[in-house]
Amino acid sequence: MKQFYSFVRKEFYHVFRDNKTLLMLFGLPITQIVLFGFALSNEIKNSNIVICDYANDQASHEIIDRIAVSRNFDIKKMILSEDEIEATFKEGDVKLVLVFPNNLNQTLIHSKTAQIQIIADATDPNTASTLTAYIQAILNSYQADMGGANKPAVQIIPEIRMLYNPELKGATNFVPGVMALVLFLICVLMTSVSIVKEKETGTMEILLVSPMNPLTIIIAKATPYFVLSLINLTVILLMSIFLLDMPLNGSLALLYLVSSIFILCALAAGLLISNSTDSQQAAMLISLMGMLLPIMLFTGFLFPLENMPMPLQIFANIVPSKWYYIIVKSIMIKGLGIMPILKETLILTGMTLFLLLVSLKKFKIRLA
Amino acid sequence: MRVLKYLLVKEFKQIFRNKALLPVIFVMPVIQLLIMPLAADYEIKNINISVVDHDRSPYSRALISKITASGYFKLADYSNSFKEAFTQIERDQSDLILEIPRGFESNLTREGRQKLFIAVNAINGTKAGLGGNYLSAIIASFNKDIITLYQTGKPIKQPSIQATVINWFNPYLNYQFFMVPAILVILVTMVGAYMCALNIVKEKEVGTIEQINVTPIKKHHYILGKLIPFWIIGMVVFTIGFFGISWLVYGIIPLGSLALLYSYLALYLVALLGFGLLLSTYAETQQQAMSLAFFFMLIFILMSGLFTPIESMPAWAKVIAAFNPVTYFVEVMRMVVLKGSGLVNIQYHFLVMGLFAIVFNTWAILSYQKTS
Repeated sequence: MKQFYSFVRKEFYHVFRDNKTLLMLFGLPITQIVLFGFALSNEIKNSNIVICDYANDQASHEIIDRIAVSRNFDIKKMILSEDEIEATFKEGDVKLVLVFPNNLNQTLIHSKTAQIQIIADATDPNTASTLTAYIQAILNSYQADMGGANKPAVQIIPEIRMLYNPELKGATNFVPGVMALVLFLICVLMTSVSIVKEKETGTMEILLVSPMNPLTIIIAKATPYFVLSLINLTVILLMSIFLLDMPLNGSLALLYLVSSIFILCALAAGLLISNSTDSQQAAMLISLMGMLLPIMLFTGFLFPLENMPMPLQIFANIVPSKWYYIIVKSIMIKGLGIMPILKETLILTGMTLFLLLVSLKKFKIRLA
Repeated sequence: MRVLKYLLVKEFKQIFRNKALLPVIFVMPVIQLLIMPLAADYEIKNINISVVDHDRSPYSRALISKITASGYFKLADYSNSFKEAFTQIERDQSDLILEIPRGFESNLTREGRQKLFIAVNAINGTKAGLGGNYLSAIIASFNKDIITLYQTGKPIKQPSIQATVINWFNPYLNYQFFMVPAILVILVTMVGAYMCALNIVKEKEVGTIEQINVTPIKKHHYILGKLIPFWIIGMVVFTIGFFGISWLVYGIIPLGSLALLYSYLALYLVALLGFGLLLSTYAETQQQAMSLAFFFMLIFILMSGLFTPIESMPAWAKVIAAFNPVTYFVEVMRMVVLKGSGLVNIQYHFLVMGLFAIVFNTWAILSYQKTS
């Protein structure tokens, strides 16, 4: 035990004497949580549109007014002819063109039906279809108001309640996601170099001739980073609650418990990488090049997992941050207890044990 | 010039002798470009819906089948009470609850008015908003159905505006067209920035930089000797990804000029590698360089308009996006490849990237000190 204690102390010195790295370890996650918590949103608003108004009459003006007041659209300019559309799109920042035909008002009054053209820049299909839907909603409401006196005889009034996030804020979805992403990557990054660094600088030999067994070395390596990560977690939680207005509806103790398991899991993954590589460069490239994009996408906060092809949905199951993301949402936002997230917690625990076992197995007590 | 040639030979030997590094440079981006675009699809479909039908009448059943037939919604389950349906939401088994109150049909036929209750899991605000909108639209059209189908009175003729929708550049709304070119940008960026940032620091850490410092090699020769190999690697990785994956596998045939695209890439790589060098002159250990690179990489990716639109960011975040080189290259890729934009349309992008290149590289050369 005393051995272990002094080894942990050595590791703490390693970490705390490198001020620059220490600053980064704390500075990076904090800046990122705040930055992304405020900046990321999938909402589509303030999109530039262009209008080609051949009609230039009462009907077209009323519709344009309705579009102008909607916060989804910014009318960038009016063009005189459809020939300008292509050039407009190629400039890049216009998402949609609306073309009103000649004599819109007259046609509407006399033949009761008129056609309007919506031309969308579909390079981003999501924006294109969302904006089209918004325009159609505006057209519908205009028609309904025109109908005026003769309202339909039957009316179903849907009453929509937005659970958990009545203002539809982006942060509610993105903060737990960024938390899972940043915590995981930073933990992996920290530990992935820890053992391989000793190999590279040659101090590994000294460790190996000491009476320490591999398990003690691995655990002692992870301990300071575990403590640091818990502090990191605390700061991240404080910021997301007080700065980003995230709710904390569930139990804080439970959140800490599960987060500890998640952190251990990430540290174990890092240790495994560290054990299996020969140079810091390789270790870091694997943990960043190899993991950044997959972790980002398979956590499920940027794109819905259920949209992915089946093999990828299955693959997402081995990404620990996916489970942690579900847990954080359940505890912080939904305010659930341990029972509904038991499955996720057990999976994370299982992954942690598995990763630790493999890295213990891979730990070579002989120098190559 | 001779000095530079020797430096280049040295760098290439170092890179190609490192067996652990080569697959990371060439294989990993290819695999990621093959798989990642499949995972990035934001189309909102398959919204799981729980129905609590207290009425169990022909009307309510007609409404439910209309909803499930729309293609947007998947019936997750029938619950007997709101409470039961709510546990489905808590377990993420369903995204939306539709509660049809008792007397739905009789109230509609007798009084002509009836409320419906919809509760949406709004943690993902966008998905919730769209789901709510779709459902309202379906209910509105169901409303019309009732008037024409069930009620004997003749349908009311209202003035109607029909909108024809034309989707340019991507008529089938294929999301991969949007993602593949942009993900390629990210991969090239990662290879370039990480490798370059690590390279000089490694020489610092191993101590070989001392040997360079005592030679008459000029600062700019040394920097160029580091830049050129990674510039070439960046070009090669891009070419493999662009022709091998994007063109052959995903069938994305660029509309604009390839020469234009490659000249932008060439400029972008100079700027990016300059940034990588800058990081490596400030870091002392590889770990520091990596943490710095990681920090900027995450910001570069998430603030570039790649996954979430820049238009919807708050004003201060738009400023950060404007100082992000990746933003410009992602835009240029999408404009040139998908829309066929020409030089006139992207001259501003060229100008900005030129500035990035000058600033980063000058800064890197100035801050690299041969004496410590």
